[in-house]
Amino acid sequence: MMNHGPAVEYHESDELLKYKQKAGLRLFFIYSAIYAIFVILNTAFPRMMESVILFGLNLAIVYGVGLIVIAILLGLIYNRQCTKMEKRLDSTDVKTEGGSE
Amino acid sequence: MIYTASPLAVGIFFSVVAMVLGISFYFGRKTKSAKGYFAAGGTIHWSVNGIAFAGDYLSAASFLGICGMIAFAGFDGFLYSIGYLAGWVVALFVVAEPLKRMGKFTFADALDSKFNSKGIRLMAAISTLIVSIFYLIPQMVGAGALVTPLLGLPHWVGVVMVGGIVTFIVTTAGMKSTTYVQFLKGTLLIIFSFILVLLVVGRGVHNEPSESYHEFITLQAELSGGSVTAVSDPSYIVEGEYIENGHHFVKLNRDSISSWWNLDAETSTLTEALSIVTLADGTVLYNGAPKDEHLFYSVGNMHEVTVNGEQVEGVSGLNAISFLAVIQESEVVRFISDVFTFGDERVRIWYQEITPGNEILSPGLKFHIDEGSSFADKMNFISLMLALFFGTAALPHVLIRYYTVPTPADARKSTIVAIAAIGFFYILTLYMGLGAMISGVLDVESSNMSAPLLAQSFGTLMFAVISAIAFATVLGTVSGLIVASSGAVAHDFIDTFLGKKLSDHKKVIAGKLAAVGTGIIAILLGIAFKGMNVAYLVGLAFAIAASANLPSILMLLFWKKTTAKGITASVTAGIISAVGLILLSPSMFMRYGLEASAAPFPLDNPGIVSIPLSFAVLIIVSLMTGDRDRTKGTPLLSD
Repeated sequence: MMNHGPAVEYHESDELLKYKQKAGLRLFFIYSAIYAIFVILNTAFPRMMESVILFGLNLAIVYGVGLIVIAILLGLIYNRQCTKMEKRLDSTDVKTEGGSE
Repeated sequence: MIYTASPLAVGIFFSVVAMVLGISFYFGRKTKSAKGYFAAGGTIHWSVNGIAFAGDYLSAASFLGICGMIAFAGFDGFLYSIGYLAGWVVALFVVAEPLKRMGKFTFADALDSKFNSKGIRLMAAISTLIVSIFYLIPQMVGAGALVTPLLGLPHWVGVVMVGGIVTFIVTTAGMKSTTYVQFLKGTLLIIFSFILVLLVVGRGVHNEPSESYHEFITLQAELSGGSVTAVSDPSYIVEGEYIENGHHFVKLNRDSISSWWNLDAETSTLTEALSIVTLADGTVLYNGAPKDEHLFYSVGNMHEVTVNGEQVEGVSGLNAISFLAVIQESEVVRFISDVFTFGDERVRIWYQEITPGNEILSPGLKFHIDEGSSFADKMNFISLMLALFFGTAALPHVLIRYYTVPTPADARKSTIVAIAAIGFFYILTLYMGLGAMISGVLDVESSNMSAPLLAQSFGTLMFAVISAIAFATVLGTVSGLIVASSGAVAHDFIDTFLGKKLSDHKKVIAGKLAAVGTGIIAILLGIAFKGMNVAYLVGLAFAIAASANLPSILMLLFWKKTTAKGITASVTAGIISAVGLILLSPSMFMRYGLEASAAPFPLDNPGIVSIPLSFAVLIIVSLMTGDRDRTKGTPLLSD
């Protein structure tokens, strides 16, 4: 009958899991800090956001678009770190359950 | 505004719908098992899944709601884009891979993977249903807003149409067809939004948005004792005035048509405004005449265009940076809404306000967080940004997409594809919103229509394509939400909580019946909430998800003392506090027809209270029930 485990079985070493977890948390805290500063600046110093800082654009626009770009860059960095480790450890063993659709 | 349907728009619209239905028929014949129905068999390639994530996530709120909010409130609307995207960081770095490892069909599988608790199952299913329904409302409202200009049909027809089509998609082929509908829609949305932005930036910034743009008249007023007695054009007769809260509106009549004007007391200048007046007998007049006389204009234009310190008539051929820089240096005319009663008439007026570009591109036009704002105003803003940040990784229809790919590494890669696609689209929303703001296309009655109307300024073809894609956007997102809801009912509630132990086939049947039920509820709510900005409504869904689901997910992963009762209590507290505070919020009080100031909870977004509360409840209950109920061994991720 029904089990509630994953639809696919995987085998990843503890070392790989811990590495990915640490890398993810590190990048999460970096991004959270950048996001928190953005929210604080908007709330506490809204006029500062009007300061023109780059290419004739103000801090609000540069920081806002920057947050989106940084999220993409950190995502790519995280994937590179994880993929490198997965290849190095070569320990991901994927066995698909035979199920059909 | 009055909209008329064009045959081209109707043709393209039905082509998109036919394509979507074709996908459903194709996959419907292949989908038999529960794994196929609820998780697409776990066989979707990560790149397809990533774009499908984008197609799922870039909902009516993102496309219609955010563009509309930017068009009316500038940078404050863009804050939604920033918050929605930032939430994906939590999903990628913290949630994606562990959730994939722990679950099977629904996020309740993951939450319950160590406990086998009926309480967790029940509350996770309820939470999924509530979040999905809150998320469904704005999608249906967006669908209703679209069909009026596109097909010339009333709002409720659009809602029923989307509800019907989506229920069909989901009941035929479940997650597989939903995935490919979302993939198709995500691809089309990003490509055509990019084309629209290229057109907007290339057209540039001009004082006159178009040759047909209505030129709003100004008159000189004669005042006596603070009241207007006459105006410079003698063909106008002063009929009355309304003075309150620093505003001075004047009612003039010419050729038996009454109109409302805004007085600038310093210069004694009257400026023509837009008004909708409801008379005592229920007759509604648009700028003093019935709607079909077309006196109610589309708006939005520059007041002064300044390039490198010099005023010009306009500037074309800009690039992505100079387009923003020119708007920032110039001045924009915005239309601000006010409502008052004049005798036995109810007047809704939109008057012009000249706003410096730097204020348009800074916070403060919607969220009152600048000088003079109250503590509650600032908390409201922080609460929203908190809910957006923590909400994404707790949305059931996002979480179930982790089960459609084969491995945790695929879950990670598809999330990165999603972040890149969604991030790129959110940057485009800034240009689409600002483009609409200055192109003379805004319908002051419906901010949600800003992006399609912007497209219309580039011709009927562009309007038809963008509107059809917007409609597909609603279809894609609603499909995902209904799959999530049907999984919660069939898999979590009936199969696991009630212990019915359905066969694979019966579980699929139960899922389809649940999909039909959810579709009907979505249709009814979509009709009831007509007219509310869809981005605002989705913000509430994020707050509920962040309060009900995320504390449990994070604590299960990182705190070894987490217990089943702690999770059940946390989800319960998150749902009750978030929904309860929303119902007691100022926006909802206005919805009830009451004064916003009478609302017992001063914030529109509950996240800043309900998210910490949900964490606190989990910790306290887990500590109280720790010895009896704790998960065996280690937490799922850390020691």
